[in-house]
Amino acid sequence: MIPLGHYLIVSAVLFAIGSAGVFLRRNLITILLSVEIMLNAVNLTFVAFGRQHGTVDGQIVVFFVMTVAAAEAAVGLAIVIALYRHRESLNPDAFTALRW
Amino acid sequence: MLNASFDAIVPMLCVTLAALAVMGAEAFRSKGENLPIGGLGIVGLLGAGVATVLLWDRNATGFGVIVADNFALFITAVLLAVGVLTIMFSSPVIQRDGLPKGEYYALVLFSIAGMIMMASANDLLVIFIALEILSIAVYVLTGIRRDDARATEASFKYFLLGAFSSAFFLYGIAFTYGLAGSTRLDRIGAYLAAQSMSANPLILVALGLLLVGFAFKISAVPFHMWTPDAYEGAPAVVTGFMSTGVKAAAFAAFARVFLSAFEPFSAEWAPMVWLLAAATMILGTVVGVAQSNLKRMLAYSSIAHGGYLLVALVAANDIGKAAILFYLLAYAVTNVAAFGVIALLGTREAANDDLRDYAGLWHTHPALAALMTVCLLSLGGLPPTAGFIGKWYVFSAAISAGYYGLAIIGVLTSVISVFFYLRVVVMMYMAERQGPLAAPPRVAAVGMAALVASIAAIVVLGVLPTTVLDLAAASIATIF
Repeated sequence: MIPLGHYLIVSAVLFAIGSAGVFLRRNLITILLSVEIMLNAVNLTFVAFGRQHGTVDGQIVVFFVMTVAAAEAAVGLAIVIALYRHRESLNPDAFTALRW
Repeated sequence: MLNASFDAIVPMLCVTLAALAVMGAEAFRSKGENLPIGGLGIVGLLGAGVATVLLWDRNATGFGVIVADNFALFITAVLLAVGVLTIMFSSPVIQRDGLPKGEYYALVLFSIAGMIMMASANDLLVIFIALEILSIAVYVLTGIRRDDARATEASFKYFLLGAFSSAFFLYGIAFTYGLAGSTRLDRIGAYLAAQSMSANPLILVALGLLLVGFAFKISAVPFHMWTPDAYEGAPAVVTGFMSTGVKAAAFAAFARVFLSAFEPFSAEWAPMVWLLAAATMILGTVVGVAQSNLKRMLAYSSIAHGGYLLVALVAANDIGKAAILFYLLAYAVTNVAAFGVIALLGTREAANDDLRDYAGLWHTHPALAALMTVCLLSLGGLPPTAGFIGKWYVFSAAISAGYYGLAIIGVLTSVISVFFYLRVVVMMYMAERQGPLAAPPRVAAVGMAALVASIAAIVVLGVLPTTVLDLAAASIATIF
């Protein structure tokens, strides 16, 4: 059996990749995907801890998180479309109407 | 058993049902028919208000994860007041800007339901879901004017940083769950109380991640970057709503998690929150001085107010806990009213939210100028307003808990902040206007009624605060 620590390290790495993506990538869609990677890294953590505790709580949490992530992605993509209609660009550096 | 479970969720149930009714009314509305949809929302909020009064002192719990204790009910009452005022301010704005009425009110009501849930949640997972319910609705509200490039941009920035911080918050929940084996706050508290101070470094990781998540939501420095942009870009009524409702709900959950579950580790988190509070007060005030846009200035002012609330949280004594509740009430009513004035002065073409637009307002709109003055004095913490009493209690809590440094920083930043509030007042009464102001000559009656009601509340809370303060103290005494 793979020890808990391995799962935690993988999910920490995924989380770090996701948060680095939010800062480094220059495309709104990729940035949204990076946030999804972060949420899925957390899901992995939940499942690993749930298995360690021997309860299903951790796995049930994942269902909630997936639902929330879907709702969030729907709203996020809608906002991106609205933004694209104004700017014709997906580069966050183009959005300067408000001082960042 | 089941009935008792439902009792606790009646306030949020009322608001959710009202939101669903609003959606239904909008969907089945025949074209061109004008339905009083806002009124429907107010009915739902008032129903929730009645439920809140009936639940008082009963400590109902719902499904083990929702508690309707007096702390939650006090915050619920504040949120309902914010909701009613927001709807009253919104109705003239919706007509003027041609916003989609049904969607707008439904989103406002859904986010209020989420806020109430967040304030009464007794489980980290429920707090997270409530946070998302309110956040997603508010992201859409921020960008509800799709023809406005600034609003859309503000909405995206708010969404991105909100989702980003939610991930941190959730990661914190995951570690807490891993340690304690449960997401229930009481079990987490029991687990943490059994740990020695030098225990698992994972506890500190969980604590830090949760702290970052909350700090984003209450826009504490250095996690405040989204606040000025989101508040400036959103329509003024929405800004008023999110700067008060979201903050009140997030603070309620923050206080519940850190003062109950993580109380055994207060020696670890108090210094971190100390730093956040100091940085938030200083940066919010100093940068606020340099602003020329009134909405952006009030955004920085609301950051600074978050800092004062953090001071009360650090103090964490009885006065401090009561001060959090009283301050939230005072701040919520005042800020909604201040943004209400900005909203009522705008037109479809011009937002009229620049400081220069307020020059000579006393000559064109004397009533609005007078009411705005009271709001600004209350935000600045001058007597005889609610803001003064709130600040007084926050600082006396800090002093009685021995946090002299924080109290001194707080008083100094308050003094500086009075400068930029009074600058607006001076503009309104003494400056001469260059060119005509493109503002509506008459202000809608319902908006004016909401303004007068909130100003009356500010003055009453400032002159006779004892009743509400005793209520706040009593409601928090039994819990933490």
